[in-house]
Amino acid sequence: MENNDSSRRDFLVTGLLTALTAAGCSSKKNPFDSYAGDEVKASGETVKLLSVDGEIIEMDKAFLKPVPDLPRVSNSEERKGIEGKKFVMVIDLSRCKNVGACKSACNHAHQLNPGQNWIKVLSMEDAEHTAPYWQPTTCMHCDEPPCVKVCPVDATFKRQDGIVLIDSDRCIGCRFCMAACPYSTRVFNWQEPLLTQEVAAQPYSCETSMPQKKGTVSKCDFCPDMARKGELPHCVSACPNGVFMFGDLNEDSVTNGAETFRFSELIKDKAGYRLMEDLGTKPSVYYLPPVNRNFPYESGLENETNEDKHTHSK
Amino acid sequence: MIWTAALILICLIGAYAYYRQLKYGLVVTNMRDYVSWGIYISNFVFFVAISLVGSLITAIFRLANVKWATPLTRIAEIIAVSAIVFASLIIIVDMGRPERMLYLFLHGRIQSPIMWDVIVIGTYFFISLLLLYLPLLPDLKILIQFKEKTSKALNKLYRFQGSFWKGTADQLKISKKSITLLCIVIIPVAFCIHTVTSWLFATTYRPGWDSTNFGAYFISGAFLVGAGGVVVAMYIFRRFYRLEKYITEKHFEKMGRVVVMLALLYLYFNVNEYLVPAFKMKKPEEAHLTQLFTGEFASLFWFAILIGMILPILILLFKKGRRPLPMFIAGMMVVVGAWFKRYLIVTPTLLHPFLPMQDVPESYHHYFPSWEEWAIAMGSMAGVLLVITFFARIYPIIPIQETISEQHEKDEEK
Repeated sequence: MENNDSSRRDFLVTGLLTALTAAGCSSKKNPFDSYAGDEVKASGETVKLLSVDGEIIEMDKAFLKPVPDLPRVSNSEERKGIEGKKFVMVIDLSRCKNVGACKSACNHAHQLNPGQNWIKVLSMEDAEHTAPYWQPTTCMHCDEPPCVKVCPVDATFKRQDGIVLIDSDRCIGCRFCMAACPYSTRVFNWQEPLLTQEVAAQPYSCETSMPQKKGTVSKCDFCPDMARKGELPHCVSACPNGVFMFGDLNEDSVTNGAETFRFSELIKDKAGYRLMEDLGTKPSVYYLPPVNRNFPYESGLENETNEDKHTHSK
Repeated sequence: MIWTAALILICLIGAYAYYRQLKYGLVVTNMRDYVSWGIYISNFVFFVAISLVGSLITAIFRLANVKWATPLTRIAEIIAVSAIVFASLIIIVDMGRPERMLYLFLHGRIQSPIMWDVIVIGTYFFISLLLLYLPLLPDLKILIQFKEKTSKALNKLYRFQGSFWKGTADQLKISKKSITLLCIVIIPVAFCIHTVTSWLFATTYRPGWDSTNFGAYFISGAFLVGAGGVVVAMYIFRRFYRLEKYITEKHFEKMGRVVVMLALLYLYFNVNEYLVPAFKMKKPEEAHLTQLFTGEFASLFWFAILIGMILPILILLFKKGRRPLPMFIAGMMVVVGAWFKRYLIVTPTLLHPFLPMQDVPESYHHYFPSWEEWAIAMGSMAGVLLVITFFARIYPIIPIQETISEQHEKDEEK
């Protein structure tokens, strides 16, 4: 535990997870079935825990059960999405100072090729005399996704929970989607991806987008595997400034882990907007304008890599 | 012989480059996330464009009763068939996962312009093949009759392909009917293949591609490069096969007029394509257009406009310019200019995305094809020429029967 914030987040997450597994029990499958027959004897060693209700309770260690991984979902389930959800993201530009933690957490979690990023933190300046600002860009998970329209083999698709995913087992690598995406969000595996053995051995899933495959397109996936576990996308939990807020439009709430907002109020109060509204792509990512900033734009410059500097000097 | 050997060598180098690409991935190209389509795609557009000439010379001229073009039909049709074959091959080369090509049929989604392209290119290929084959049947009969003049193996091939053709009144009737029917069908299909190819670009939002002019712009350019290609082929076949009697100066004179008309038409669509957005200079278009007019791509851009259109027009407007040699030069200009034009349509747009190019390696900011890309592109072009060369060695490049009957008709008129 590095700080209070993250431990608090962990608890929140565990709470969600418990709720999820409990829901799982009531349906066909009981994930704890395998333990049912075992007789557990108290060991005498106890640990203190925070219950979901916020009370501190003491419990014998022997009664603790590991939460099993959720069962893998099938490809058709992955293509359908999580029922009843409509995921949205809000990116608060007034809080971003180009720390890049979102990027590195994402790159690490998805084992992206060096140099390629699913999240790009762009240095924006809309016109000559307007203020510069930092703009993290993810996949917009458009409701009218141009990439999905052009895909000839249904390798990239829109799910009922709003997420646009890629099935790398299906992708033929024509790169039409890359040409079609106005947000330049898609990256291509030009070569055999560099993967750790562990990742390379795991079965492919469109929800984890891993392991990546040579000759196919990939992009930000809104981390649906995390959502299934009731956890936040990697970028959201990695950002130290709470720039990213993730949530469900149906529940009208978004959270960055530390703070939770009513989505509609947040967008109304802070005049949220979406990128390139005129193209009619209807993104699921909303931006809050860079006003009343927590950091001056210049403070982000020190986080720039040499490559970025080259671009700006152009 | 040297010609064929050189072509085969270029093809082999291309094949080796493709082997490397299969082994290491598309990383051997210099395409990257921004310029995700490079000369493979521009080469594809070029081949589709040049293949349209088959429909122009064979179908449009035939239906319009343009008799003088008869000796040129087979040249046009073999260019069409070989170009469309290599257009399909180069698309497979561009795919990151060529082994999944069957997915297009297993999981095809009809709303994708790529599926439309697959359908119309397939259709166009078969119609073109038939338009090459059916008029060849009477010629095969003649070839079979002159056994002593051809080798044994060739004779066997001719008999395999055409021994059922006896030239009876019934067969002639069916053949004539089918050819007319195919000529009618191929025109909309030809318009479709290049319009759909233009839609691969025009259905996106990008500056330089987001244009309602694109279909007509592509078609007019395609007819121009196809006619230029036929002029070049006419000249070469005439010289090396001594066909002065059949491909006469009159043919060059008339093709010259056709090329001028097509070049003017293409120039007109270019004016629409570039000057109208340039008048407005919308922000996303501005970077793209200034790069073309005065920036990084200016020399290529003006080369394509001047050498590919304006200069050929100037040469061919004069009667002296419509003689075989100047025609050949003008035809070469049109073809070379057209190749670079396709490159300019594909690549500069990709270097001007809506959001700034940041957070990517330095190499992502530029594009110049790698040797593998050049080798494969050149190999595909050599492949087209090789198919045409072999075809001309095996079959008469001037339709014998049709030319004879056309001459008979002419004599009777006199």
